[in-house]
Amino acid sequence: MDIAAETRTETIVLKGRKVVGGRSEGEALVTSETISGWGGINERSGAIIERRHELRGVSFAGKVLVFPGAKGSSGWSAYFHMTRLNGVQPAAMIFTRMTTKIALGAVVTRVPAVTDLDRDPLLVIETGDWVTVDADAGTVTVIKKTRP
Amino acid sequence: MKLSDYEKAMYDGEHGRAKARAMDLLVRYGEALGAERLVETNNVAGAFNASTPSVQPIARKGMEHVYSELNLDSDEVVEVPHMVAHTCQLITGIDNDNWELQGVDKSLVDMQRENEKFLGRRGVNMFATCTPYQVGNVPVKGEHCAWMESSAVIYCNSVLGARTNVEGKESTGAAALTGRIPYWGFHITENRRGTHLVELDIEVDEMMDWGLLGYYLGEVIGEDIPVVEGPIRQPDLVKLKHFGAAAASSGGVEMYHIPGITPEAESVEEAFGGRKMQGTFRYGSQQRRETYEKLQSATEKKVDFIMLGCPHNSIDQMSLIAHLLEGKRIHSDVALWVHTPRAIKQVAERNGYIDVIKEAGGVVMSDTCPAISRRLPQGTRVIATDSAKQAHYLPAITGVQGWFGSVRDCVDAALTGTWNGRI
Repeated sequence: MDIAAETRTETIVLKGRKVVGGRSEGEALVTSETISGWGGINERSGAIIERRHELRGVSFAGKVLVFPGAKGSSGWSAYFHMTRLNGVQPAAMIFTRMTTKIALGAVVTRVPAVTDLDRDPLLVIETGDWVTVDADAGTVTVIKKTRP
Repeated sequence: MKLSDYEKAMYDGEHGRAKARAMDLLVRYGEALGAERLVETNNVAGAFNASTPSVQPIARKGMEHVYSELNLDSDEVVEVPHMVAHTCQLITGIDNDNWELQGVDKSLVDMQRENEKFLGRRGVNMFATCTPYQVGNVPVKGEHCAWMESSAVIYCNSVLGARTNVEGKESTGAAALTGRIPYWGFHITENRRGTHLVELDIEVDEMMDWGLLGYYLGEVIGEDIPVVEGPIRQPDLVKLKHFGAAAASSGGVEMYHIPGITPEAESVEEAFGGRKMQGTFRYGSQQRRETYEKLQSATEKKVDFIMLGCPHNSIDQMSLIAHLLEGKRIHSDVALWVHTPRAIKQVAERNGYIDVIKEAGGVVMSDTCPAISRRLPQGTRVIATDSAKQAHYLPAITGVQGWFGSVRDCVDAALTGTWNGRI
């Protein structure tokens, strides 16, 4: 694929597999590090709290969260579940490594979620890009943020 | 996902609304995983209890609301029938006896007790421990389980040869009511084979060394399946309990093989079962020392809290601690909490171990631990623990400094108020 041409048009479409259906959009929040639920996030603010995490102090509320997946305690789903009840859940989830923690977590957070994309979303998508996830169609549309 | 006729009937509501909602969750979860079907389970270990402030607003509406929302992910509030699978409660946030020492608000204790009555009548057995395999739930090789708690999952898969993924609060809630869980991951034989070989250059025997080896494995292996080979003395439940908990803390290890010791492999070859080996690691004196140093997050020698019993202590560990404390008195600036399942606490009481620990100034806790409850004695700044898992989590969760060492080093710190541990 011609990356330079894509950068000019500034729109990239990725194809993948639906994990949780639905369609939503928002600003991307990207991390190359896995996220812990229990002990890793504040369920009242949606902020990452894990020490030494590159997103420590940053909230995913309303953002399209792009990350490798889940790690840590089996309380993962319960904590993301609470972010939904508290209204601070992400707008959508895009991840690369399937586990029971992330599958159940995405299901109970009830946001559109996709995986198995045809290109690595961690490389293609940058924080600040505008991302639309149409999970039923299995597509992720990325409008690159204009960077000086 | 393909459902059997009985599963379809549950899904369609022919067996009541609770099972219909449970099946709805299991189907959504199974499809998210890409599972083709469900598998029958008659062994569920989950988190059903209500013991945190965030649950309180839901619990005020009634315990059906708690189960429906938090254990079934259901907007519809359903009447909760008796569990169909053998089901137990894992560790909780509150010690039913020592809650005042923990600094827990009375209203939370009342909520937990009310919730326990609700669950107890419906067949959720109140083991209230991270180690159900120590108090009567010992799955048989090949048994399909739906367990939470990373240290219990790795024990279940590796030491017992039973089969479980790391489940969550909602999937265990649904499994308990339907006797089903997605057939995916560790339920499938091919996925249980080794991925990496770990060769030991040094003997591993002492309890602390099993913790160090586990912590090292988690760091280098991540979520894969190590096959450990080398000069290993026959371990027991206590050592493998510590080992697995450590590997599931520094990494996400959910299964390992020690050929000749764990039940699914007599040889290294059998452990890999034809799967391609993805890498090899060597563990020697240097890795041992580096791992020990990684686990120390403290700089101050003066300690004020000693935590023993993560995962919850066996009766033999209780016996050793009582022996080390016999006729002695802990330092006046130090708090010592020893954690064991409630059922084992009864035996320890009968044996006189509890009296010895109490007379020395220690407290015996059940039902909970400081990492789960996030509660430490007031003013705690520096802790010492014999658990690699607590040494990993407590400093991260509560901001304290942590020392890790042998149980003898920890008891010595409790008596002197000073950390003198060494490798």
